[in-house]
Amino acid sequence: MAAQEQQQPQSRETETEVDVPEAPPAAPEAQASDATQGVDDLLDEIDGVLESNAEEFVRAFVQKGGQ
Amino acid sequence: MRVMGSETEYGIHAPSAPGANATMMSARIIQAYATVTRQRAAGGAETRWDYTDEEPLHDARGWTVDRAAADPSQLTDQPPVLDAEAVALAYGRQELELDGADESGSLLMNMVLGNGARLYVDHAHPEYSSPEVTNPRDAVAWDAAGDLVALATVRKVAADTSLPPINLYKNNTDNKSVSYGSHENYLMPRSVPFGDIIRGLTPFFVTRQVMCGAGRVGLGQDSSTPGYQISQRADFFEAEVGLETTIRRPIINTRDEPHATADKYRRLHVIIGDANLSQASNFLKFGTTAMVLSLIEAGQAPKIEVHEPVQALQSVSHDTTLTTTIRLLDGRRVTALDLQWMYFEAAAKLAQETGVADSVTGDGHTHQVLASWESTLSTLGADPDAAASSVEWVAKKSLLEGYRHRDGLAWDDARLGLVDLQWSDIRPEKGLYYRLLSRDRMMRIVDDADITRAVTEPPSDTRAYFRGRCVSRFGRDVVGASWDSVIFDVPGLGKLQRVPTREPLRGTRALTGALFDRHTDAASFLAELLGQKPPPARS
Repeated sequence: MAAQEQQQPQSRETETEVDVPEAPPAAPEAQASDATQGVDDLLDEIDGVLESNAEEFVRAFVQKGGQ
Repeated sequence: MRVMGSETEYGIHAPSAPGANATMMSARIIQAYATVTRQRAAGGAETRWDYTDEEPLHDARGWTVDRAAADPSQLTDQPPVLDAEAVALAYGRQELELDGADESGSLLMNMVLGNGARLYVDHAHPEYSSPEVTNPRDAVAWDAAGDLVALATVRKVAADTSLPPINLYKNNTDNKSVSYGSHENYLMPRSVPFGDIIRGLTPFFVTRQVMCGAGRVGLGQDSSTPGYQISQRADFFEAEVGLETTIRRPIINTRDEPHATADKYRRLHVIIGDANLSQASNFLKFGTTAMVLSLIEAGQAPKIEVHEPVQALQSVSHDTTLTTTIRLLDGRRVTALDLQWMYFEAAAKLAQETGVADSVTGDGHTHQVLASWESTLSTLGADPDAAASSVEWVAKKSLLEGYRHRDGLAWDDARLGLVDLQWSDIRPEKGLYYRLLSRDRMMRIVDDADITRAVTEPPSDTRAYFRGRCVSRFGRDVVGASWDSVIFDVPGLGKLQRVPTREPLRGTRALTGALFDRHTDAASFLAELLGQKPPPARS
């Protein structure tokens, strides 16, 4: 534990010394396609989760009145 | 900030047995939780509801509705009764004898939980009523805890392969003209005139949906007009003020059932909200409403009146561009966001005056509500779609638009209806809200660990602490409980002992925690609590 605590400041210094080049800003088209990719992944996942036979499932969901 | 709580009626559905009786299925859900908690707490964390102080027909405007004139669904002060035939149909006689029935043979329909909540069958839905909390963050935590309680029941039912599995949905309509509620409750001083509450709250309730609507596919009570709207509930409201909750639903509900010292307090019963899965929307729902009540109490609510509020409520809900204007009685036309800004400005000013929003000396919550309220209104004003990680109707809409865009679906396509429904499935692997949450697409207000803790632990700073601890510690000797009482049947005492809890801010951990720590049995606990000698030990 003590050894870990001693190491921490060192590694932080190391981090600050490293000259990280700034990533070039993504082109607008690339950003848009990233966002689309994210939505596509999400929709793909949800396709696999959705109940089969949407029409029948939605029709059968009948509730009695509540408050 | 203020004593508050939530109530959620879950949509209930057994896909493999679509004709199953909803009340019976709801009873199976309560039953399932009784089994779960019996496993969790050896003392038996289940207690019956005490109906003594239920007064559903008292109207805040000063009268009481005659029982004979009331709609049967308003008589919520009587335990629901299932006859033996119906019970046997749902359970089989053998199971009934083994589990869950009391000496009289009636089925457990009502429980008080160790976290201070109530779980019961309300009409044809299982309902979780959260314990009393004092701030919107805790309201979110103990409301979400109810969703975990619901999840535990669904899992338990699914484990029994001899009966059809049951799904629960945290939504408010079946899109076939039926709605069921999610209610909020707020404690207020009795001295505030009810007319002030009606005037101060109505414009706020017409418009707060832009932040806390859960979104709905379809317009009209039966969804017959294709489209998407902000609120689940808006199309089901037909009156401005009234006592009913199941018919002719009013924007302001007048049920005057304080569940507390009646000459000091009223419990404002709010029926207009959507059930929220989005924590940010839920937080804003409780936080901003509590602040508006403070405005009303201080006489500083914006002096505005909406022309035809029911119609305005629906036109706001039907416009996802947030540009529709509603007419005020003074002739101005304003958007829902304009109206919310008026309330925000007034609430921020009052908080400034009273100091509650100070980040160091304030109440610890108001500054967060104000910050979230302001940033949400700003975002919605600039680009509503940008609020998709916080505002529930926007999050749902963004998912639906994804489908519409990819597959070219019209609003009346059944798949969009399914996305709307399955958004609220409380199972994390099936519920689409939870799929977004697991991808960090939805903002969290409360840690998962805090929600899990809230399933078994009561809030520490209200009487729910006393109720919950009594149930989990002395469950064997607690025969009944309600919001304002706990009833003990202690061996050797010879009679029932009813402990009233009519002050919502008593019975806290600070006041009773040590008492619980000092006693391991109910008899000595009660004796010290009531200042009596303990009964003689049994030989």
